[in-house]
Amino acid sequence: MTTMSFFTQESIDTAALARSVVRPSDGASIVFEGIVRNHSEGKSVQSIDYEAYLPMAEKEMAAVVDDVRAAYPDVAVAVVHRLGHLVIGDASIAIVCASPHRAEAFAACREVIDRIKKSVPIWKKERGPDGEEWVGWQCKHD
Amino acid sequence: MKVKLLYFAVLRDIAGKRDDVLDLPDGTRAADVWRRLRDEHRELRDYAQPPMTAINESYADADEVLRDGDELVFIPPVAGG
Repeated sequence: MTTMSFFTQESIDTAALARSVVRPSDGASIVFEGIVRNHSEGKSVQSIDYEAYLPMAEKEMAAVVDDVRAAYPDVAVAVVHRLGHLVIGDASIAIVCASPHRAEAFAACREVIDRIKKSVPIWKKERGPDGEEWVGWQCKHD
Repeated sequence: MKVKLLYFAVLRDIAGKRDDVLDLPDGTRAADVWRRLRDEHRELRDYAQPPMTAINESYADADEVLRDGDELVFIPPVAGG
């Protein structure tokens, strides 16, 4: 899995991703999708453009998945992040965590998304009737 | 020495380009390059410190001394997911 790309420009086939992960020994499959919503910080959103610093983003994504696999050895993990132009309702990310029992799968899934949001070099520009904005930049980071 | 600087997201919009090859004196640190960018672009003047910094596709300290051939990227706040 870590040799495959974690990124796609196409619409994500979450069901196929789940099928690729779940083993006969699994009793739980947690599927998380992040989807584009029509509002952000009180403003209307019509679309989002995602981009990534790809070679580094692949490495950081692999590091997240490897760490979560190490922390939850019974959990199988798969992640795909979409890049490019997305509209309301599109899935920007799909994460599947499968395990023999549900507790580890829920915990692992939560950790994967939380860590991706912190460390993987991916950016999004929200577009709406009020204009466009790179998310996070308006907050002073120092 | 030559260092390649890549621009992503808001920094690409501000710089108006995707990359630069910088000719820098030995001993230059990533933070020095950030100060130079800040002096060139008024949109960055409130940002005394660089955002996160990556050298050769790994996060690095902004005080790290650059070497010839390095690829430097300032990483604006990430927003994946």
